[in-house]
Amino acid sequence: MSSRLSSPNIQLNELGKLHHFLTLEGLKAHHLTEILDTTESFINPNTNEIKKVPLLRGKSIMNLFFEPSTRTRTTFEIAEKRLSADVSSLDIQTSATKKGESLLDTLWNLQAMQADMFVIRHAQSGAAQFFAQHVAPHVHVLNAGDGQHAHPTQAMLDMFTIRKHMGDIFDLKIAIVGDVQHSRVVRSQIQALSILEAREIRVVGPKTLMPENPEALGVHIYHNMEEGITGVDVIIMVRLQNERMTSALIPSEKEFFKLYGLTEARLALAKPNAIVMHPGPINRGVEIESAVADGPQSVILEQVTYGIAVRMAVMSIIMSNAAQLTQYQTEKSVQETAQEEQA
Amino acid sequence: MRLAITNGRVIDPAQNIDKITNLYLSRGKIAGIGAHPPEGFSPDKELDATDKWIIPGLVDLQARLGEPGSHYAGSIATETQAAVAGGITSICCPPDTTPVNDSQAVTELLQRRARQAATAFVMPIGALTQALQGERLSSIYALKQAGCVALSQANQPIQNALTLKNALEYTASHDIVVMLRCEDRQLKNNGVAHSGMVSTRMGLPEIPPSAETSALARDLILVEETGIRAHFSQLSCARSVEMIAEAKQRGLPITCDVAIHQLHLTEMDVLGFNSLFHVSPPLRSMADKQALLNGLKTGVIDAVVSDHTPIHKDDKLLPFGESLPGISGLETLLPLLLKLVNDYGLDLMTAIRAVTHNPASILSIQTGSLKNNHSADLCILDPHGYWTLNPENMVSEGKNTPFQGWEFIGTVEQTFFQGRPVYRNPNV
Repeated sequence: MSSRLSSPNIQLNELGKLHHFLTLEGLKAHHLTEILDTTESFINPNTNEIKKVPLLRGKSIMNLFFEPSTRTRTTFEIAEKRLSADVSSLDIQTSATKKGESLLDTLWNLQAMQADMFVIRHAQSGAAQFFAQHVAPHVHVLNAGDGQHAHPTQAMLDMFTIRKHMGDIFDLKIAIVGDVQHSRVVRSQIQALSILEAREIRVVGPKTLMPENPEALGVHIYHNMEEGITGVDVIIMVRLQNERMTSALIPSEKEFFKLYGLTEARLALAKPNAIVMHPGPINRGVEIESAVADGPQSVILEQVTYGIAVRMAVMSIIMSNAAQLTQYQTEKSVQETAQEEQA
Repeated sequence: MRLAITNGRVIDPAQNIDKITNLYLSRGKIAGIGAHPPEGFSPDKELDATDKWIIPGLVDLQARLGEPGSHYAGSIATETQAAVAGGITSICCPPDTTPVNDSQAVTELLQRRARQAATAFVMPIGALTQALQGERLSSIYALKQAGCVALSQANQPIQNALTLKNALEYTASHDIVVMLRCEDRQLKNNGVAHSGMVSTRMGLPEIPPSAETSALARDLILVEETGIRAHFSQLSCARSVEMIAEAKQRGLPITCDVAIHQLHLTEMDVLGFNSLFHVSPPLRSMADKQALLNGLKTGVIDAVVSDHTPIHKDDKLLPFGESLPGISGLETLLPLLLKLVNDYGLDLMTAIRAVTHNPASILSIQTGSLKNNHSADLCILDPHGYWTLNPENMVSEGKNTPFQGWEFIGTVEQTFFQGRPVYRNPNV
């Protein structure tokens, strides 16, 4: 097996630009800013509508969902269609691809059907990277969520939403409330916020839902909700999964809401212009009170719209990087031939 | 055939020998060590071992040989070849075969195949419970009669404390060592990586150290209560080393081992999701690695094993958590051990003892030393030979090694099993 297995930056091409989009870890601020700026260009500033553009005409994108998802998959499909790509979506039962051979065979078969890009969701952490290591060099992989590892497009749309409302992420204090330990979204959010140099990232919740090694993520842990959100600019509420109750990590939704639910009274502790975010779908009365979810500081539904534009941005950047790389390689080989002839 | 191996540095921890001298073999046995041959000994052949080391053939307490069943790669024929290429001449194979080695029939099958291969001494370990299910006891007397040198649950420890207590109590009267892997399945909770910095960053399901230590605490109590001779396999945590040290101090009849990769790799190696680093128990923190090495240096850890697990390529070509855990380790046990001697201050005698005399004593078998009349199982090393590991050159059918590209000093030049040369390094 080649040494690129352990290379952390297989998502960058030889020009240092995005070739795959697997995780935010290891990316530079300019990579993220480019995504945010491109996202902006897809949204009509007056109507908030998303334009249809012919950027990916003739390109074939396959959405491979090894784990069920309706929302993420739909946003990806819409984004792909707005880019005029040819779209096919496949739900693949993990059980049918238990053996390694058939998992990669599935991938290679689909690749042979002239796929240019795979959008992959899988229950195993590291799955997107695994696929990226085994696709042909001209094929791109976009991570739509792998296990508890990363969900970079979701995090980027959150960054976009923050930037839209707060101007710049630099110097902001952000509190992320809820299940941090098991959430791929939060892991990616934290990485994005760190890269964009947020002033302080706090994670708030009971010990069972907090990472054991917060220093590995560069976050501050708060077990008390009031302390955790006091003075912050952004509150991100994380959806609480049912499994957390059945595995005895927290006693009940009711108790969670009592301790960590976002109420109007608690929201008043944050900065007056603070925004409230949630990757959705929300559990009213579990993570968040309806009055807050539907209130003036909530940007929850905007996030959904931006999700389409962000995914369009990532896909169009990747495809234009690919075109740029091809041009660069052609020029390089022309130059090399010329040099050889001179010699 | 009588052979004199002359002028080599003979290292035998069992006899506390480390000197440049001659070694004499006769009819498959060791006939003597010293400047002068034993009385009446005239060699048919002489082998000059100037500048070489001669050590007893290694005894590996845990190596999977791929047979019976197709779950793992390789066969007894291929994996014993791999063993002797790594200087190992005695191998214990755990019972997690297909079918499970919980019967006389499987034990005898293993022995028969090993005799046919005639490359190394294969010692089956019997399953403590039927099909390793952790419920009903295997026929322990029959397994022992058939030649099992120990009993274990491989990587499937008994979860039910009462079942384990009964199993230990019953086995206590059979004078056979029980090997215990400590792992609480609930605390493991389908985890695949050590709960630490790396799992937090990578979002890999975690295995806390308590999955090992809480099970070890329980097992130590039950061992004490039943008085059985127990051996603890493949420790991975610093706290486990302390607990074993404490228990030994109190006089419990216990021993333990560590897998060689735990002394070189840590959780940091998992950062790239490379499934070659997926092992069970998981690679743990730097502090754990250091504590394990100290445990070996101070004698708390008695033996080092390869935990050889040859895996088909397809079973590693999967996302980290779905890949089969394990490393193909027979050919790197001795090189990695010598690396600890060369680079990390491990005493040479201690290192060799941990793979020869100590494991042999744990099993109460007459091997792992160069004593007179013992089987002439030995290995001739070039202590200065430099080489780089290329998985394609491995003898084992399992090419799943995370040590690709590592540089080693010390090559196995020749291995003798029962006085016969069974391996000669093709590069010498």
